[in-house]
Amino acid sequence: MREQDFAQVRFGYGFGPRVPAQNRAEMFAELSRPDRAQQQFPIMPMRQALQLGREFRDAARARRNGEIGAEARYDTAQTALRSASGNGMRASLARIVEGVDPLRERLTWFWADHFTAAPNSPLTRATVTTYVDEAIRPHIVGRFADMLKAVVRHPAMLTYLDQQVSIGPNSLAATRTGRGLNENFARELLELHTMGVGAGYTQSDVREAAELLTGLSIDFDDGFVFRPRAAEPGPETILGRSYGSDERARLADIDAFLEDLAQRPETAEHLAQKLAVHFVDDAPSTALAEDLAAVYRETSGHLGAVTETLMSHPDTATLPLRKVKPPMAFITSALIALGLGGSEIAGLSRPELGRMIVRPLAGMGQMFMRPAGPDGWPEDGAHWITPQGLATRISWATAVADRAADAAGDPRSFLDRTLGALAGPRLQFAVSAAETRAEGIALVLASAEFNRR
Amino acid sequence: MNDPTWTRRNLLKGVGMLGCSAAAYPLMTDITFASAPWDGRLVVIVLRGAMDGLDVLRPVGDRNFAALRSPFGATATDLDGFFSMHDGLSDVLPLWRTGDLAFAHAVSTPYRDERSHFDGQDMLEAGSGQNIATAQVRDGWLNRLLQTTPGIEAETGFAIGRDNPRILIGDAPVANWSPETQLRLGPAAEGLLAEIYHDDPLFRDAAAEAVALARSVETMDSSGGPAPGRPERAIAEFAAAKMQQDTRVVSFSISGWDTHRGQANAMPNLLERLSDTILTLRQGLGETWSQTAVLAVTEFGRTARENGSGGTDHGTGGAMVMAGGAIRGGQVYTRWPGLSEADLYDRRDLMPTADVRSYAGWVMHALMGQDRSTIEGTIFPGLDLGQNPNVIR
Repeated sequence: MREQDFAQVRFGYGFGPRVPAQNRAEMFAELSRPDRAQQQFPIMPMRQALQLGREFRDAARARRNGEIGAEARYDTAQTALRSASGNGMRASLARIVEGVDPLRERLTWFWADHFTAAPNSPLTRATVTTYVDEAIRPHIVGRFADMLKAVVRHPAMLTYLDQQVSIGPNSLAATRTGRGLNENFARELLELHTMGVGAGYTQSDVREAAELLTGLSIDFDDGFVFRPRAAEPGPETILGRSYGSDERARLADIDAFLEDLAQRPETAEHLAQKLAVHFVDDAPSTALAEDLAAVYRETSGHLGAVTETLMSHPDTATLPLRKVKPPMAFITSALIALGLGGSEIAGLSRPELGRMIVRPLAGMGQMFMRPAGPDGWPEDGAHWITPQGLATRISWATAVADRAADAAGDPRSFLDRTLGALAGPRLQFAVSAAETRAEGIALVLASAEFNRR
Repeated sequence: MNDPTWTRRNLLKGVGMLGCSAAAYPLMTDITFASAPWDGRLVVIVLRGAMDGLDVLRPVGDRNFAALRSPFGATATDLDGFFSMHDGLSDVLPLWRTGDLAFAHAVSTPYRDERSHFDGQDMLEAGSGQNIATAQVRDGWLNRLLQTTPGIEAETGFAIGRDNPRILIGDAPVANWSPETQLRLGPAAEGLLAEIYHDDPLFRDAAAEAVALARSVETMDSSGGPAPGRPERAIAEFAAAKMQQDTRVVSFSISGWDTHRGQANAMPNLLERLSDTILTLRQGLGETWSQTAVLAVTEFGRTARENGSGGTDHGTGGAMVMAGGAIRGGQVYTRWPGLSEADLYDRRDLMPTADVRSYAGWVMHALMGQDRSTIEGTIFPGLDLGQNPNVIR
């Protein structure tokens, strides 16, 4: 089979009337062009979201104080945050369905999952897509260290992993507030974001890293702030290197640590393995993982170079497609196959979005951007293809196919357009034997071939 | 494909819920009945949104109670001279009298101060404490109960509902099904589904189980299906049916307890749903009810004082509902902290005097034979179970 018969499936969201077949090199080349999808479907910037956050905070305070008119003000503020949340979701999905640059979307979601920061407040719920847009997306073909630094400065992550409440035990702020150190972010930084679990760091490294990270905080004016008075005084030793000094704490010391972390060979291996697992196979070849890690080391963590290696590797030029599309990829790829465009997703009303996407996603096991923990969504296909998960996929496919049947045309040609050479003989037979057009189209969308990538 | 008459509108109209048709089921597999590890049945209902324990179970005997809040337009029935039960629960009052209903009051998880629903629920379901960051605990405590037990089958633990609740997530196999999930498949379509999944075992097996589950719900639904506004009834019926078979541990949610305002309207309805759920479980379980413990838990309580909009805000200590034939009911388990300003947590919330995990832990100890060290070391790592309140008969 030619690679353009499946490259768009493995590295994108499949084919559709608006998404032609491309080979891997063509897909990769799109990354060097301007980010058209981002321009076409913008997401509220953090600065603007913070205004909504401030108003919500003030309205909640007024309501607590029983001020006149506070109820209405609170409702308005809450509605503004909710609609920001919905708009972020619409724009994120519209970018995928528009199909202009599928690899960019896949990489964005891969790294967003790697740096999971699930929302835990009304403001972070409104800005979870902003976080991805500002801290992740600009760096997917840049240096990993730059992405890491952007994540570490983002209120979404600092809130999610409790960094904003972590205070140096011997800092001025600690003596004043009685609060102390919280190791959560420091631990995940080593375990999930960089070196990987069991990569040879010790509890002492975690503790020292937590002390180094104190001072990273948030407020409603700037979002991210660095508070030297909350930082643990003195230098910290992590993985044998010393950061900081007895002088006033500096953000630059944290950046130096992040640069070093990004260059660690353990980080190269960890990220290479994750990429190989995500895009190819739960048990990828050691050659693929090693080749990706080698390029990472040689380029000091240049993600563009690593991606290029992935996109030109012999392991990604061949079948089979072993991975299962997570629910969000399943739904968006089905909408692409049926010929929808991004503007139709962007124009969904709140009830439509709920009925068509949010609730089905939950039924399939994937609440939008809310995985259970900071380790993100599982890679194992068995996690998704449960009785509940698969039944919801089948029901959703059936419902969508009912409405789309007339426009989608003959199910056999729909099958050919959507899966082409990937369709097995049993699927071809079943689609041609379906009683109705709608049933035929539903079978295509429900098939194992369509649900794998 | 570019047919302008085909708009997203007619696409979307169809994505509601779907009808069902009885059929021959070529995808059906025989369900084998294996022996379960325990006779006891444990149901954990997560009351999402933070139930106001002080409204549900009112400490009318506390001299400071009346000054803190109104009765939110609802009457209550005296239980023991000190506590009165909100009359939204009047349908389960007979259970109190037969000793199948109990409460724990002034309880909470170790969650403190931030008062976020999400974080509070995460901690409740992870079963973690202040000694371990919730994010460090990747699985849920009911899953860890299953992990510690040999002989677990795929349906021993069952998460029911559309969400896959964290409380049951983890390495132990757990079934997940929502009775509202339906498969609209005629016999021919079902045959075609079997055909398309034939060569992919992951899809083939999941589809076969899905068809069997959908059919089991259909046959169960002879009573006319879920009542409007009461999705929990179908869930409870399904849960009871599963617990009559191999299932021993069930969890599902009832949401909507975040009564910042309009508590007078919201609370009776919520409590009727909870009552209905408990009574549906009892009816479906028949004699198995005597081996069953139902624990209804929430992420945190609400402020002791009524707020300015006829509701209550996020608080700390609250109440937990326990029901089932295995429960030593007819009593309120509590070490009452009092409600004077100085007694309150942060001068605003009911002070927790016991950990909900401790009650759950002792239930698992008595009902499932979990020893103390397993509970304190694995299921609720770092918890000191304390003294046994003997809530199981």
